[in-house]
Amino acid sequence: MDLYPLFNSLRIAALSTAIIFFVGIAAAWWVAKLPRLAKGVLDVVLTLPLVLPPTVVGYFLLRLLGPRRVLGLWFLETFDLRLTMVWYAAVVASAAVAFPLMYRTARGAFESFDQTLSHAGRTLGRSNVWIFWRVTLPCCRQGILAGTVLSFARALGEYGATAMIAGYTPGKTATISTTVYQLWRTGDDGGAMKWVLINLAISAAVLLTVNMLEKKDRRPRRRVEPVSGEVG
Amino acid sequence: MSLVVDIRKRLGPFRLDVAFEAPGGSVTGVLGASGCGKSVTLQCIAGIQRPDEGYIALDGRVLFDSSKGVNLPPQRRQVGYLFQSYALFPNLTVEQNIAAGVKERGERRETVRRLAAAFRLEELLHKYPRQLSGGQQQRAALARILASKPQALLLDEPFSALDSYLKWQVELELADRLAPFPGPVLFVTHSRDEVQRLCRQVCVLDSGKSQPLQPTRALFEAPATLSACLLSGCKNITRARALPDGRVEALDWGAVLTPAAPPPAGLTHLGARAHHLVPVEGPGENALPCRVVRVVEELFSTVVMLATPGGGEGFSLLRLELPKEQWAPLSGRETVWLRIPPESILPLRG
Repeated sequence: MDLYPLFNSLRIAALSTAIIFFVGIAAAWWVAKLPRLAKGVLDVVLTLPLVLPPTVVGYFLLRLLGPRRVLGLWFLETFDLRLTMVWYAAVVASAAVAFPLMYRTARGAFESFDQTLSHAGRTLGRSNVWIFWRVTLPCCRQGILAGTVLSFARALGEYGATAMIAGYTPGKTATISTTVYQLWRTGDDGGAMKWVLINLAISAAVLLTVNMLEKKDRRPRRRVEPVSGEVG
Repeated sequence: MSLVVDIRKRLGPFRLDVAFEAPGGSVTGVLGASGCGKSVTLQCIAGIQRPDEGYIALDGRVLFDSSKGVNLPPQRRQVGYLFQSYALFPNLTVEQNIAAGVKERGERRETVRRLAAAFRLEELLHKYPRQLSGGQQQRAALARILASKPQALLLDEPFSALDSYLKWQVELELADRLAPFPGPVLFVTHSRDEVQRLCRQVCVLDSGKSQPLQPTRALFEAPATLSACLLSGCKNITRARALPDGRVEALDWGAVLTPAAPPPAGLTHLGARAHHLVPVEGPGENALPCRVVRVVEELFSTVVMLATPGGGEGFSLLRLELPKEQWAPLSGRETVWLRIPPESILPLRG
């Protein structure tokens, strides 16, 4: 059995998650601090890929990255790089579709972060960068981890936009989801079933991870009695 | 060393207008009811919030001056802020929390060791804030603040997060620790008892507007305004009017009273403390016939609610507090004559 689709899917999901991780956190951090109106507008724009049909996202990406379109042409002329019908085109597609999951979970975490802690850091003379890396991020760790895992799961299962922008070329752009469709279409029911089971296993593992992260988050705060002989 | 504050800020319909000069080496209370702008005032001084206009200077160093466009970030103000919730970083140990206050890398270990010893935190250095009791958290937070070498301290209701049985001890400890601090200390609270015990002078904040700084004793012995009088714990208040003959008419109590001194200009209210009222046998100077409405037996004293000739509700009710044995011979009576000694009448401006 050719395991290329598994390798390709994992590679695409990992790369797009890595991109989403940084872009999503930055966007969440930035939007969480905006005034209400700007926040509302940007929030809609940044969340749209989550509710749009992936084919619509794929259509927009083709309009943008196609070989005769603005960005696509520029990449082709400058770097001699095709942005469609190659495996890394699927990275862009997966990243676009999964981005809102990271952005929204991270934003929720930032918004529920106790601002008093950052005020305390500032009055202690600590820079905003220090506060972000040493206090804010660690305090929002659970939300950010959950967002990362969810984005990974979504990127792994991406089909619509990927099919449009990367297509299906065995050994080149084939992913698990496009392979399942291709095998079923050509009547290879057994082959499709194998890939379905592989996909099920990965998704279940991912969801289990998310649940474990959430449980850890809800763990009751332990309160230790004062050291003997000390009151207060 | 002193902290000069003169700021104004609008927050929706609320207007903050605060001015005072807190001297160094002593604790200055900022007393006011909830929502009167106490915390906002502290946040403006620390640089967390920006006043609309005004001036803040610490020991001659300008922290904020709207006319010159000066607004130092909190990092450069050297103002220590003890938050109500203490705001220890939950993801760092006590040791790391204290170290977070030390700017110079080389001094970190030595400063942490010294402060841990001073604040009895040695055993707790490797614990996380959630594993500490309220009092321990406060000590750790204070140690962390002192590690940052502040020139002024702002304490925002530091006892509100503590169980009541712990407050007393923590309060005594805090007073000891604040005593050697050379800079100004602002202590924000809504508790007059805390002000009385901890502060040398006090600034009363009344719905966003500050009143002149006064010695704490003056606030409790002779509050000048209605809000100061209420904050000082006075239970008996009446609207009042000065009469041409030097006496005052207590409108809600339905009586004309003779104060010890002629009433000041602008008098609008009178106050009298519940334990200053004296039951007497019959009519006389400053004596009112009152109807007993309710008697509440407390552990060591008796509290009697009395309706004055002015009516039977709100301001016109008088509250009398006296030792149990003094009330015993009077219990069962329906009416009692109450005398308000002239020196116990507090003339107030609205």
